[in-house]
Amino acid sequence: MPLALEIISPERLLLARDVDMVVVPGTEGDLGVLPGHSKLVTSLRGGLVDIYEGGKITDRLFVTGGFAEITESRCSVLADEIIRQADIDPAMAQAKLAEAKAAFAALDLNNSEAYRETSDRLISAQAMVDSIAA
Amino acid sequence: MPSLKILRNRINSVKSTQKITSAMKMVAAAKLRRAQAQAEASRPYAVRMAEMLAALAASEMGNPNGNKLLVGNGKNQTHLLVAVTADRGLAGGFNANIGKVVRQRAAALAAEGKRVKIFTLGRKGNDSLRRDMRDQISGTKNFVGKKIITFADAEDVAQEIIRGFKAGEYDTVTLLFNRFHSVMTQKPFEQPLIPAAAPTANDNAMEHNYEVEPDDGTLLDRLLPRNLAVQIYAALLENAAGFYASQMTAMDSATRNAGQMIKKLTLDYNRARQANITRELIEIISGAEAV
Repeated sequence: MPLALEIISPERLLLARDVDMVVVPGTEGDLGVLPGHSKLVTSLRGGLVDIYEGGKITDRLFVTGGFAEITESRCSVLADEIIRQADIDPAMAQAKLAEAKAAFAALDLNNSEAYRETSDRLISAQAMVDSIAA
Repeated sequence: MPSLKILRNRINSVKSTQKITSAMKMVAAAKLRRAQAQAEASRPYAVRMAEMLAALAASEMGNPNGNKLLVGNGKNQTHLLVAVTADRGLAGGFNANIGKVVRQRAAALAAEGKRVKIFTLGRKGNDSLRRDMRDQISGTKNFVGKKIITFADAEDVAQEIIRGFKAGEYDTVTLLFNRFHSVMTQKPFEQPLIPAAAPTANDNAMEHNYEVEPDDGTLLDRLLPRNLAVQIYAALLENAAGFYASQMTAMDSATRNAGQMIKKLTLDYNRARQANITRELIEIISGAEAV
C-alpha cells in the first residue's frame, strides 16, 4: 500500500503522488512516515523533506516551515515556502542566515511570541544553509 | 436636426469608444482566466488548513482561555471591518456594492452603540469610504501596479491586523469581500476572522483523534495566524477574479450599448442626408417650373 504524499504551498499544489516513505522535519524531530502511520498533526521546522521510492531518496525538497497532517494512507505537507534542494542559491541562503542572526541578536527576550518567530526564522535559515551541503 | 458633419463626428467618436470597451473586455477575459487559475491553485492548501483547524479547534472552542484569535478577547465593543475592493474601476457596481455593505454594517453597529473601525484593502474602496468615514479608517493597503497578488502580500495584511488586535485596538474582525459565484454574479460576503468562524456541527462529528506535536495550544498558536493569512489571501483572489468578471460583463454591455448608439446615429445620419437630397431636388424642380 503506497502513501499518498501531497506537498502544498499556499499558492499551489506542488506535488501529489504515491511514494514509499517520506521523512518530514517536525519541530520535535524528523519523522519518517510510512503507510499506516497513526493519525498525527505536527508543525514543521525548516529542513529537508526526503521522498523515498524503491529504497532510495528520489527527491529532496527544502521547506522553510509549516505543518503536516498525517493519516494512515496520506501525508499532507503544508509548507510556507518550498525550494528544491538543487535550486537553493547558496548566496541567498547565507544572506538570509545573516539577516536572521541579526534579528535574533536584536531581540527583546521578554516577548515570547517574537522570540518564537525569530528563532523559527533562524533555525530555518540555518537549515537552509546546512541542506546545501547535505 | 444636427448637421451631417456633427452626426458624422459623433458616430466616429462612439465607434472609437466601442473599440476601447471591446478591447478592455478581451483583456479582462484573459486576466479573469489567470485569476481563476490562481484561485483554483490556492484551494488545496486552504482545504487542508481548514480540516486541520476544525480538528484542533473543536477541543479548544469552549475554553475561554483558549487562543485569543480563536475565541476572541471576551469583549465585543470595537469592530474592525476589512473592506476588500479592487484598485481599478470600470467594473459596474463591483466596488460600490462593497462600499454600500460596509456603510450599512457600520450604521447597524453604531446603532447598537458599538465602535467601528475600517481597514480598506484596495484603492477604490478607500477612495469611496474616505469621503464620509475618514476618521474611522484605521488602515489601508492597495496593490496598485502589482500584476499578481502573492501570499506574502496577504501575510503582511494578516500581521498588521493581528498586531492591532493584540494591541487592543479592536475586539472583532470581519472581512467583507465580493464572493465569486459565477462570471455573471459576485455578491458581497461577510466572513468573521476574529473570533474565527466556529466549526459547524458537521465538523464536530469528526472527533479529534489526532496525535498532536508539540501540543494543541502551541500548534494553534502557529496555525491561527497562518489561517488568517490564508483567508485573506483567498478573499483577495476571489476579489481579483470577481473584479475581472465584473469588468468583463460591464465592458460587454458597454460595447453592446455603443453598437446600438451607432445604429441609431447612422439612421439619423441617413435620414438627414436623404432629407437634404429631397430638399435640393424640390428646389431644383420648383426652380425649373418657375422658368
